[in-house]
Amino acid sequence: MSLGDRIEGLGAAVLRSGRSGIRLALIGAKSLRGVVERDYPKGEVARQMYIVGNKSVLFIAITMGFLGMVMVIQSGHQLNRVTGDLTQLGPQFLKLFIQEFAPTITALMLATRVGAGIAAEVGSMKVTEQIDALRLSGITPTSYLIAPRLVACLVMGIILTIIAIVVAFTAGGISAWSVFGLNPTAFFDSSMVRTYDVVIGLIKALSYSLAIPIISGFCGLEARGGSEGVGTATTSAVIGSSFAVLLLDFLISGIGLTVFGGGV
Amino acid sequence: MIGDTTIAAVGRGTLFAWRELGGITILTGKVLRALVPPRLDGPELLRNMYRMGNRSLPIIALTAFFVGGIMVIQAGVLVKQLNAAGLVGWGAGYAIFREVGPMLIALMFSGRVGSNNTAELATMTVTEQLDGLRALAIDPIPYLVVPRVIAMTVCLLCLVILGNLIALYGGAFFAMLLLDLEFSTLYYSLVDNISWLDFVHGAVKAAAFGSAIAMTSCYFGVSVRGGAVGVGKAVNAAVVAAAISIVTLDFLLTAVLP
Repeated sequence: MSLGDRIEGLGAAVLRSGRSGIRLALIGAKSLRGVVERDYPKGEVARQMYIVGNKSVLFIAITMGFLGMVMVIQSGHQLNRVTGDLTQLGPQFLKLFIQEFAPTITALMLATRVGAGIAAEVGSMKVTEQIDALRLSGITPTSYLIAPRLVACLVMGIILTIIAIVVAFTAGGISAWSVFGLNPTAFFDSSMVRTYDVVIGLIKALSYSLAIPIISGFCGLEARGGSEGVGTATTSAVIGSSFAVLLLDFLISGIGLTVFGGGV
Repeated sequence: MIGDTTIAAVGRGTLFAWRELGGITILTGKVLRALVPPRLDGPELLRNMYRMGNRSLPIIALTAFFVGGIMVIQAGVLVKQLNAAGLVGWGAGYAIFREVGPMLIALMFSGRVGSNNTAELATMTVTEQLDGLRALAIDPIPYLVVPRVIAMTVCLLCLVILGNLIALYGGAFFAMLLLDLEFSTLYYSLVDNISWLDFVHGAVKAAAFGSAIAMTSCYFGVSVRGGAVGVGKAVNAAVVAAAISIVTLDFLLTAVLP
């Protein structure tokens, strides 16, 4: 490959990703308009909420329970080594979980489960030309398909994050008590949590729940070429939404730290 | 009040989980059996390693870079509260090596490589290509599954080691940018406090996560039923099973390893 070809390839890639970015933004805007206009069938939001929420709750509870135990054991060993004072373990754990781990890990799990589901469903509708059939009957696919999923993800994302905090905190408290013999009243203490932590956690959960259905729906609508195209769309939906979650996490925490000084 | 349907659903769920777990165990046994004496397809191994390792590097590197930044931002709040700048390098490095690096990179890897692998094997299964191989007296386990398992284990191990390095540099970059810390402060804070055990702890986890992702994704790929819809369901089940096995293994290994 000559240098010219490489430069051409790079330029083509930049153009391609620029165009995809514009299409993604358009689909996001259209879906949000669909949410405002409520142009989707009755009961669709409830059905999506069931798929996003009820069907994920066991998965989220298992992963967050184990994560809570791991975090408490790891940080407890370090605290034992450095200071030997474990009374701050619970309050600091709760604070860190509310503003960082619970929203982010829940969203990463939702990105794999829900994101893949949305992309597979919308993608197979696209390759079997059902999307074109919708357009033909005068229905906008974004408001019909993506808007109800967006509403469901927004509501369930927050509820699942709260469940994640409760499960992880409980599991953490139990393992702190059984591994380090820490008194549960010392662990279950929410005095370190400030409004700032709750607000940051809430903003994170909301923006992740916006990003996941929009990106996955976009990947589904871009699917091309049979069942293989659906597979590619699913993979890129999982990768795209997971990466978006990490990037948003970084941006929101970074803005929180530099602009608001970490709430201190 | 709990109705009969709820009890039936719980029972069905339990049976399903145990059946899948048993299937994964049997497949793991077959893979281990194929490794003594080693019987596997060499070119297929290299092809898979290139596809799974080299092609994942950009997204893993980008992820690791921002993960480093996130860890430093979280540590930065503590620095402002306690004025403990000397602990940032160690705190971020310890968390990256032991927990965050292997786990987040494994989740990314599972999303990219695991789901792709399930889709590929499942498509081969529903189009009866596996039966075709058997008809040619080629055992699909050493030919298709074993190279994939080895490739995923080795690739995830390498990607995590590389990703840890990138995450440390990403963390250092953002610590200098956002917290006004010197590179040497971060460097000595890390080097003086970290032990080689922290590195090994993460590396063992990475290899374990890699083989868990490989086993779940291969199992759901070869055991799929029912056409294109079945492929979609298998991919979904594989990603969920991989995520659950990553966190459970993380817990078990944290308890067992020093």
